[in-house]
Amino acid sequence: MRKLLLYLIIITTGVVFVARLFYLQIYNTSFASLSEDNAIKVIYDYPQRGAIYDRNARLLVTNQPSYDVMVIPRELKPFDTLEFCSILNITKDNLVKRLRKARVYSPRVPSIVIPQLTKDEYAYLQEKMRKFDGFYIQKRSLRDYETVNAANVLGYIGEVNEALIKKDPYYLSGDLIGIDGVEKQYENELRGIKGVKRIQKDRFNRDIGPYKNKKFDTLPVNGKDLTITIDARLQDYGQKLMKNKRGGIVALEPSTGEILALITAPSYKPELLVGRKRSPNFTKLYYDTIAKPLFDRGLQGEYPPGSPFKTINALIGLQEEVIDLKEKVSCRMGYYYGKGQKLGCHHHRGPLNMIPGIANSCNAYFATVYKRIIEKYDTPQEGIEVWRKHAQSFGLGNYLGNDLSAGRPGKVPNSEYYNKVYQYPTYKWYATATISNAIGQGEVLSTPIQLANMTAAIANRGHYYTPHIIKAIDGKPIENENYTKPKITTIDKEHFEPVVQGMYEVYTNGTASFLQVEGIEICGKTGTAENFTKIDGVKTQLTDHSVFVAFAPKDDPKIAIAVFVENGYWGARYAGRIASLMIEKHIKGTISRTDLENWIFTHSLEEEYAKPYSGEPFKINQ
Amino acid sequence: MARSSVAAIDWITVLLFLLLVGFGWGNIYSASYENETFSLTDFSQPHVKQAFWILFSIVLIIIIQAIEVKFYERFAGLIYVISILSLLGLFVFGKTISGATSWYAFGPVGLQPSEFAKACTALALAKFLSDMQTNINLIGHQLRAFLIIALPALVIIPQPDPGSALVYAAFFFPLYREGLAAIYLIVGVSAAVLFILTLLFKPLWVVLAIAAVMLFILIKNRKRKPPYSKFLLALIVITGFCFSVNYIFNNVFEQRHRDRFNIVLGKEVDSKGIGYNTNQSQIAVGSGGWTGKGWKEGTQTKGGFVPEQHTDYIFSTVGEEWGFLGATFVVILFILLLIRLINLAERQKSQFSRVYGYSVVGILFIHFAINIGMVTGLLPTIGIPLPFFSYGGSGLWGFTILLFIFIKLDANRVNEW
Repeated sequence: MRKLLLYLIIITTGVVFVARLFYLQIYNTSFASLSEDNAIKVIYDYPQRGAIYDRNARLLVTNQPSYDVMVIPRELKPFDTLEFCSILNITKDNLVKRLRKARVYSPRVPSIVIPQLTKDEYAYLQEKMRKFDGFYIQKRSLRDYETVNAANVLGYIGEVNEALIKKDPYYLSGDLIGIDGVEKQYENELRGIKGVKRIQKDRFNRDIGPYKNKKFDTLPVNGKDLTITIDARLQDYGQKLMKNKRGGIVALEPSTGEILALITAPSYKPELLVGRKRSPNFTKLYYDTIAKPLFDRGLQGEYPPGSPFKTINALIGLQEEVIDLKEKVSCRMGYYYGKGQKLGCHHHRGPLNMIPGIANSCNAYFATVYKRIIEKYDTPQEGIEVWRKHAQSFGLGNYLGNDLSAGRPGKVPNSEYYNKVYQYPTYKWYATATISNAIGQGEVLSTPIQLANMTAAIANRGHYYTPHIIKAIDGKPIENENYTKPKITTIDKEHFEPVVQGMYEVYTNGTASFLQVEGIEICGKTGTAENFTKIDGVKTQLTDHSVFVAFAPKDDPKIAIAVFVENGYWGARYAGRIASLMIEKHIKGTISRTDLENWIFTHSLEEEYAKPYSGEPFKINQ
Repeated sequence: MARSSVAAIDWITVLLFLLLVGFGWGNIYSASYENETFSLTDFSQPHVKQAFWILFSIVLIIIIQAIEVKFYERFAGLIYVISILSLLGLFVFGKTISGATSWYAFGPVGLQPSEFAKACTALALAKFLSDMQTNINLIGHQLRAFLIIALPALVIIPQPDPGSALVYAAFFFPLYREGLAAIYLIVGVSAAVLFILTLLFKPLWVVLAIAAVMLFILIKNRKRKPPYSKFLLALIVITGFCFSVNYIFNNVFEQRHRDRFNIVLGKEVDSKGIGYNTNQSQIAVGSGGWTGKGWKEGTQTKGGFVPEQHTDYIFSTVGEEWGFLGATFVVILFILLLIRLINLAERQKSQFSRVYGYSVVGILFIHFAINIGMVTGLLPTIGIPLPFFSYGGSGLWGFTILLFIFIKLDANRVNEW
């Protein structure tokens, strides 16, 4: 009996130990990673970030070396602080503060004292560095911009944030990552792959040689070079034209969906967000809530499309067979519906059928067509849904699904929306309640890129390619089906010719006839969008936005463009001029309409933009 | 050495011994080598020294086997006295290494008499218990037995080396086997459990819980008329003990002991300071996984993160480099050795040999249990070596002598005394 107890004690102890070992070694995996942290130092070799070229192989973004002054607090020896501070141009207090912070972080791990010195500062400091024990200089790579434009397209890089470090183990504190634009969207291609060196440490954190004979070490893989679809020449020109204006330009190549130019104004120089200046400059841009330079109006600005949307209603009308090309609609300075309600129109000869209806942008004509589309079906709900389905097939009312870092869905209202607004079924609503949709006002909203894409779909006579910014990665053209396969609209091909003709006549004898460019058959559509703001809580109307869409040449479209100028008054005034100039620049390479160019260069809208902030009463649409 | 007694040697035990010593040396090598060049003359390297200690222990084994078996019983008393004197001599001639005056220095070689005192005490206890006149159930004889055991422990404590002194609890094994009343075990274990519980919870809660359990037992057995007065007495003693635990803990223990307890009980977390050893050793063991990182490939071992890794913490190298399988293998070797030794002890005809055998089992077991318990973070830091495994000449020789005297006794079990 007594013998048994002793056996039992011994065997129980053995079982407890084996169980404990199982817990430590197999079940609980945290020890293994703790051991990694403890004993193996991992050094990363940073690859070169890929360069970015425009569609004509013009270099836009490359890298420049930058130099961080690092410190290992434990290795510091007394030094001439006065000299050190004067070399680096910092105050002694500042230096003391930074050194204290580094010591608190870790006495043996390097911390940055002064980040991102320029080449010149580095050259000077390099000679003196040996005097300062504990400091050393670490080379890093920053972006170098060969262009002053396209900041909104290219985006910028910056230090990766804590949340992402936790989510993606690739990134470490202090790593740089694309934060906006192409840099963000194609981060994985541009960044390359870090090389890794593992070094065995001892308990004093000293290196005692490579870990496992470099078996797990890897070499860095450089990032891939990108070719983007932007034509830098056109981009630069567009940005020049948009000086002193606010708004956006989006130019697409209809046959591919490639974005030729993507301009937002006001913008900023991309170099502002590089290196040491990035943080203060970003703050300045971020807090400019009036001009909003970080807001990409071409992608994010949701505005009522105005008259260009009439082309869509014309196409839907033809597809739904509620009107033919010959039928004329009379216009008595507007369209009357309900009890004395009127959708106003401007002076033009009348009555008009479709092609001159588009050319002259007759509100009454399109109100009639729209009402018939909705009323073709048993209920207005059904009618709205059919109309919406057609409009959406042009990429309106939803995200385009492109490779840009920003975007808005815009809006094409559905029946549910109106049911809610008009409290259906308590109250009923009819086509006339939504009549503003006929002329692209009311509930319809779109972004300039959606308008450009819609124009490209018309230019292509019924299909479009999702707009995209990437053209080639490491010289290999993209094969992503999302960008290379056309999206087909719900409108039959034959219905496009008359609409295209109508847009052509906008230029030949319609609202934009003074914008003709010799030798180029341009099709366009003017637009004027009412808009409001709140001043001291009071809804106040501002000068109309100037909107213009166009494509050219008429029968072999090379460019489709949407121009949007805030408070530019009527469509042809600012947006139309800019669109014509952009088209001429793209197709001819030179500008023959220098009169238009001069007008744009000399006209500023800054005064207009200042009005709501002047604190005084002001007049609009002057 | 008679031919017959060589043949009678228990080769299973010898094989287990050789496996432990050999595997141990491999791990000491991994934990202490600094470069690949292996030189037999570089005595600055522990693994080289240990190789010599092992060779010398073979010599010791041969000597032990050559000596007439009756010598051990006859001179047990004298050996014991010499051992006590050598421990006392430390207070005059001892050399202090890392805070403990436990060594005699002979040039470069240090001898630690406490490592040999265990075997000597085992011999003396065996001699006393096997005396025809001794009756373990007499209180007076019990006290004498306790004195034999406690004397070396009391001399060792002020060196200070409380870890080595704790080992003398191992003699519970032979005492128990020889008929010491089970009540000592029950009281001892209960006291330890109560001690831990009271540190973890408030004394009042522990007392209340015990009272509740007692009440439950009493009510359940009320028809059989349980001894109410004994239960009440036990409860009073327990209550007194529980309420004095905090006093003992705070006033008798030193701060470092309190810290070690608190870390194991999870009441304190300090992986940089006092908990560093335990924490690093758990990381090393834990990072081993199933099969370990391979011999000489342990990153924690190479980096020297675990203090005293080639001595008391050698098992963490096993855990890191040989993984769960290797560590389990070592645990199984020890269990097999202990069970084998119990079996051998049981087959002894002479009481002297049996008591001595159980002493060996007890001493090896308590080292094994405390050492691996400490390395795996189950027990507080108590610095005693893992038998046959840890680096150290005195330790290795002490355990070798301890074990091989028993093997010699066992080989002669059939002979007339």
